[in-house]
Amino acid sequence: MNASIEQYLQEQAAKTTLRFLTCGSVDDGKSTLIGRLLYDSKLIFDDQLAALEADSKRVGTQGQDIDFALLVDGLAAEREQGITIDVAYRYFATDKRKFVVADCPGHEQYTRNMATGASGADLAVMMVDARRGILTQTKRHSYIVSLFGIKEVLVAVNKMDLVNYDESIFRIIEEEYREFASGLADDANIVCVPISALKGDNITEASRAMPWHDGITLMDHLETVDVEPGEEIHSFRLPVQWVNRPNLDFRGFSGTIAGGVVRPGDEIMALPSGQCSKVERIVTMDGDLEQATRMDAVTITLEDEIDISRGDVICAAQDPLQLTDQLSVHLLWMHDDELFPGRQYYLKSGNRTVSCVVTDLKHRVSINSLENHAAKKLSLNEVGVANVSLSDKIAFEPFGDNRSLGSFILIDKQTNGTVGVGLFDFSLRRADNVVWQVLDVNKSRRSDLKHQKPCVIWMTGLSGSGKSTIANILEGQLHAMHRHTYTLDGDNVRHGLNRDLGFTEADRVENIRRVGETSRLMVDAGLITIVAFISPFRTDRRMVRNLMDAGEFIEVFVDTPLEVCEQRDPKGLYRKARAGEISNFTGIGSDYERPAHAEVHLHTEDMSPEDAAAQVMAYLEERGILSS
Amino acid sequence: MQMDGDLRTHTHLERLEAESIYIMREVMAEAENPVMLYSVGKDSSVMLHLALKAFYPSKPPFPFLHVDTTWKFREMIEFRDQRAEELDIGLIVHINEEGVQQGIGPFTHGSQVHTDVMKTRALKQALDKYKFDAAFGGARRDEEKSRAKERVFSFRNAQHRWDPKNQRPELWDLYNGRVRNGESMRVFPLSNWTELDIWQYIYQENIPIVPLYFAKMRTVVERDGMLILVDDDRLPLGEGEVPEKKLVRFRTLGCYPLTGAVESRADDLPGIIQEMLVARTSEREGRAIDHDESASMEKKKQEGYF
Repeated sequence: MNASIEQYLQEQAAKTTLRFLTCGSVDDGKSTLIGRLLYDSKLIFDDQLAALEADSKRVGTQGQDIDFALLVDGLAAEREQGITIDVAYRYFATDKRKFVVADCPGHEQYTRNMATGASGADLAVMMVDARRGILTQTKRHSYIVSLFGIKEVLVAVNKMDLVNYDESIFRIIEEEYREFASGLADDANIVCVPISALKGDNITEASRAMPWHDGITLMDHLETVDVEPGEEIHSFRLPVQWVNRPNLDFRGFSGTIAGGVVRPGDEIMALPSGQCSKVERIVTMDGDLEQATRMDAVTITLEDEIDISRGDVICAAQDPLQLTDQLSVHLLWMHDDELFPGRQYYLKSGNRTVSCVVTDLKHRVSINSLENHAAKKLSLNEVGVANVSLSDKIAFEPFGDNRSLGSFILIDKQTNGTVGVGLFDFSLRRADNVVWQVLDVNKSRRSDLKHQKPCVIWMTGLSGSGKSTIANILEGQLHAMHRHTYTLDGDNVRHGLNRDLGFTEADRVENIRRVGETSRLMVDAGLITIVAFISPFRTDRRMVRNLMDAGEFIEVFVDTPLEVCEQRDPKGLYRKARAGEISNFTGIGSDYERPAHAEVHLHTEDMSPEDAAAQVMAYLEERGILSS
Repeated sequence: MQMDGDLRTHTHLERLEAESIYIMREVMAEAENPVMLYSVGKDSSVMLHLALKAFYPSKPPFPFLHVDTTWKFREMIEFRDQRAEELDIGLIVHINEEGVQQGIGPFTHGSQVHTDVMKTRALKQALDKYKFDAAFGGARRDEEKSRAKERVFSFRNAQHRWDPKNQRPELWDLYNGRVRNGESMRVFPLSNWTELDIWQYIYQENIPIVPLYFAKMRTVVERDGMLILVDDDRLPLGEGEVPEKKLVRFRTLGCYPLTGAVESRADDLPGIIQEMLVARTSEREGRAIDHDESASMEKKKQEGYF
């Protein structure tokens, strides 16, 4: 017995894996197909089958028959609503291969979960309902599959039993799909199979009802498609995940090889430092290796002590990666809060996390027509092309050349949520060729001359809270002390620099961004810069804070209750807003997010504007702003 | 392993092993204070083995945590202490002392209360006490249908709750482990392994496991269709219940009063794998707590269970 088991295990150990996803529109039968595959490959245990039969009768949609969808829709909310919300992973094997399948939701609102399932898949099974043909969701999912570099697409035209197994219907859908797909990646391999997941036609056995289909079954294709196709020879790339230092005598760099092959003695370069060395050992617990290749998780040591930390990339010295901090990217937005150029996010790529600003949104891609449209923002599930600017240079490769070093996610700095996913297309400039122009006269020399430390005093608060009044008094006092100042006032700036901007959310973000950048230039010029701006949103104020060096951004919260501001109403704006003449007015149609940690908090109800200015002045003295 | 120039095709287990190691290193690099849950079972044994590989020649640079319900099989506790000593790894054993003082146990309070107090609440106590911001668990997606939906990096709020309808997207291996104060991550490096993969890997790598997995003559009593091991004198015998010796083994290990044995002759790994291949029930069949209600695992997970 043991001899045969050992032989079996050897066969199993030699098997390869195919990771695929099922996608397509709602009700095209994705979950049913997976249930069928599990059932046909005898992977449903008796206790699971018993639970499934009971569930089918209770909440199923197939009458007395087994509802296979209930096998994969594992969340209570999904079973109640009869829909798939999140991706489910299932595992099965045949004699030839092991499979990991990601069953993806079809609803548009859960596209981010579909994207989760698509990432890392070798192949996509695109389900199409023979009665309904190619739908918007078919196109959206095909676009994402193509965007994510999945080259193998199996179009399963399902529910053929409901159209009398009619060949002409299949042919029309096949032609239409190929026509649409020709606008996507041109190197994709598309195979179309007519099936009925419910009845089992052309799943594992060729359908007798469709003798006109000369092709293969769905399973034939899944079992034989080439999983790790012969990509062109890659140069060695190892993103450093963790520096391994058990003691003073060992210093190794742990990571998973993202491309190419490595052997002891190979010459390498570490990026971004550019320092070179040679590979000494490839260390694993099972003994040193003579060589290691893509997907291997290894630890390498080098002949020289060079400075390498997490997020750096070790690569072949003769073919180093590009370094850059400005890139053109494709971006899929995955959050309810829209993306606006100017906001800051964390960008994680490989094992590196940096700060990132989307500087320019070039266009949005229409999923239906594949046309480009001008856009000022990206909403949930929209795809666009944008320029991004990073806080540090990173080593990257275009996504088309290397998946690991060409993909990234965007993370919200406040909630830590994953809000976007993107692909690097190309560097906007070769940062390694651009030498920063070192100016002899710099910020500290300018400010030394003025006997002050430059800073921005950012006054935020409701309209009518007293920002401009206090700013005016403060600047007067500083001027009398021979300090060099400038005040940027919300209303005044809108008359000039920002007169092209309106009051939509996108324009308000841009308004703040421009004032932030202007303040930064003024701080660089050595000035004490006073800004009086309602700036109601925390993310926007944080965006400006991040533009400045540490200690330069002084947030002053002019805290005046809404009733008091409304009573004062110096410009008559509250009256208009109440009358519905102004929409999105802060405090009435739009929220004001109170600062949680302002450097100076002015409770203006209990003090005169002079007292308020004095409180700010006291803070400036305490922080040494005035006594450089 | 097939070599073809610089390209080679990775086998199924090689791909899984590399993926798990990557996940562990990523947590180590990004979390401030990670911990690995060690339940002493076969999945934990594989996870521990992978951790030894991931950080070699360093020791796994985080502590291991065993939540002891005080009702585990005696052989599990012996095996646990022996392994911790052999490998010289930091092992924290946490017991919910409040529960012990209240005399909570499966016989007196039922499986639900026992599991909630001695396991789920005990785990939350330990995570809070040591302020762990990331905890590795050995759960696999093929075990149960709500697990099949869970991310590799699974976010928990400050109350340790899982929100299955609002999970962070997870793209490729770009794991987002960022949390704020008090929030945490549950991380599942074995997400994509199946039960068969686990056994194959144990066989291939010669990983030590608790002897309870192998068939042996053991004293058991039949109750509600389950064979319960008479592991100590705390097991109250009902009317007509007579302990008898049977050749049995366990497919899964938990608290002894809640874990059913199966009659089996499989006394080595090939035997176990042979049995698995012809098995018609899933391994969680032997777990009393999963049958309480249909969506019971999802509910328990929302409340902080692993």
